[in-house]
Amino acid sequence: MQQPHKTPDFKNDTPILAIEQLHKSYQLGSVQLQVLRGIDLTIKTGEYVAIMGPSGSGKSTLLNMIGCLDRPTSGVYNLGGQDVSTLDDDQLSLIRGARIGFVFQSYNLIQQLNVIENIEIPMYYQGFSERESLKRARELAIMVGLGDRLTHKPSELSGGEQQRVAIARALANNPLIILADEPTGNLDSESGAEILSILMDLHKQGRTLIAVTHDDNVGRQAQRIIRILDGRIQQ
Amino acid sequence: MFSFRLKRTFKLGIKSLWMHRLRSTLTTLGVIFGVASVIAMLAIGEGASQHAQEQIARLGSRNIIIKTVEPPEDQDASTQEQTMREYGLTYSDAERFRNSIPDVEVVVPIRRLGQRAWYRNRKVAIEVIGTVPWYPEMAPIQLRLGRFLSSIDMHYKQSICVVDEKVVKELFAFDDPLGNDLKIASDYYRVAGVVSAQDAAPATDTLNNDVPVTSGQGGANIGNIYIPLTTVKDRFGEISIQLSGSSGRSIEKVELQEIIVKVGSMENVLATRDILETLLERFHKKNDYQVIVPLELLRQAERTKLIFSIVLGSIAAISLLVGGIGIMNIMLATVSERTREIGIRRALGARKRDIIIQFLSETLLLTFAGGILGIILGSFIPFLVTYFGRMPTVITGTSLILAFGISAAVGVTFGLYPAYRAANMDPIQSLRHE
Repeated sequence: MQQPHKTPDFKNDTPILAIEQLHKSYQLGSVQLQVLRGIDLTIKTGEYVAIMGPSGSGKSTLLNMIGCLDRPTSGVYNLGGQDVSTLDDDQLSLIRGARIGFVFQSYNLIQQLNVIENIEIPMYYQGFSERESLKRARELAIMVGLGDRLTHKPSELSGGEQQRVAIARALANNPLIILADEPTGNLDSESGAEILSILMDLHKQGRTLIAVTHDDNVGRQAQRIIRILDGRIQQ
Repeated sequence: MFSFRLKRTFKLGIKSLWMHRLRSTLTTLGVIFGVASVIAMLAIGEGASQHAQEQIARLGSRNIIIKTVEPPEDQDASTQEQTMREYGLTYSDAERFRNSIPDVEVVVPIRRLGQRAWYRNRKVAIEVIGTVPWYPEMAPIQLRLGRFLSSIDMHYKQSICVVDEKVVKELFAFDDPLGNDLKIASDYYRVAGVVSAQDAAPATDTLNNDVPVTSGQGGANIGNIYIPLTTVKDRFGEISIQLSGSSGRSIEKVELQEIIVKVGSMENVLATRDILETLLERFHKKNDYQVIVPLELLRQAERTKLIFSIVLGSIAAISLLVGGIGIMNIMLATVSERTREIGIRRALGARKRDIIIQFLSETLLLTFAGGILGIILGSFIPFLVTYFGRMPTVITGTSLILAFGISAAVGVTFGLYPAYRAANMDPIQSLRHE
């Protein structure tokens, strides 16, 4: 059984993520669809990067690659000093759980579970003990301002609150990067601003953030914007 | 570490099953009825076979029973009313068995007569059993009071009798039967002992209903009075006049109704049976006897039991199969309903095997719950069958273990595929699933 993952102590200018000539194509019948056509991308520890681009540009696919949900057709993906482009499904699952914190547009909380239990999920798969994970989940829930909502079900929470649960869940295993996919996409502007400020706080604490977004507010907040069009990064 | 994780997995499983109580209950019903039918059917089968085996064992596995049978040709000729029919086993048969067959331990000749016994002003229908002092060795009776018949009684044709408890109850009420005289036909007999009553229906009757057994054993539930064979021969003779409904009177001469032969060892039973039959064939022109070998019946009963178990077991297995398919169906529906959840779990670090364990544990919980409830229900059904159907049933520990094992096997078999499907869903697709 593997031990709970500890974030390696990277110096601030070390690349935490290095992608070289990443290609991804899908076979649709007899047609080969090129989605990513040679992406080169380096992100340093503590950076706040926004990936922007029109729909169909390949940014979701890139996000899936970065999040280890999918494997590239060719190219190298180095995450935290480890080449993950050749790992098998089980290893990728463990990497996802240990090194990546997902924040989704539609929150993706499990409806049957309450706030605490949702935050505990990633720790469960990393083999935390029940007591340890409960303690950490509670701390995280309090941190995102849900200390009085611990046993509520997602359906009893507002959109902004649900996204805060998702952020707490993303932090559960102390990941290398937090990957946010349109984190404010489903929220009104007020809740959206709240979520953005939480993400900003995380950035200030030194966490590495990658946000895929249409929202210019998110882009403006980021240190660097990477624009994607037709599967390539625009310089 | 693993067990703690398993515990949490089962907790999670219970939780999500509890979310869909009605669905879980309905799904489990299939297994409940499957397991219950396995247990009930095995219990009924086992009960029937044990009952038969007990009855056969009561006859003694080293015994060979030869009974007098009314020969079939004579039954047609019974229109010749006044002719006396002579048939059946004879004293010389018994003598021959004793003298000419090796490894015969005991030979017990028996003469039965339907009679009425009187004591003071009470009257009761009984069966007179004329036999020898060593009769209790062969029959399931125990001495309660006094003594059984002795060889002195035999030799002097004493007017001595031994009654069973049924007779005591009906005839003597509050009097001490020992030393008192009761009257059968025109003679008085002194009661020397009391023995336990034999069970209502001797096994041979239930096992061979088609063969008419001659003798006075009309009512099954009447008491027995044991009298020395020599005395019976002396007082009652061999000729009996019976009133039969259609053809008026019939006169019969039958010496013995039954001879029981006890063989020294079990291995020689069948060989002795063959010798007996050869002897009987030589001295009996008419087919007026029937040879019953309890050992053979026992073997037959075992074979019957096996077939019975296979048939009942198959029926039960089919109902379990149907239950299992029901479970698989529901689990597949559950998996597709929870596609999104599976995607979320995969994104958050669950491996394929974690998903398999999660869904398999839910199926196992359902089948285990079904197994336990099925065992409870299945133990209750035989009880009802015994109570209302008057059929003996036996629930064996093996059948419980078997039923539980089968339900676990059903869980694994029918849970594996849905769990496998869940684990192999594409995480990206699942996350987008609405």
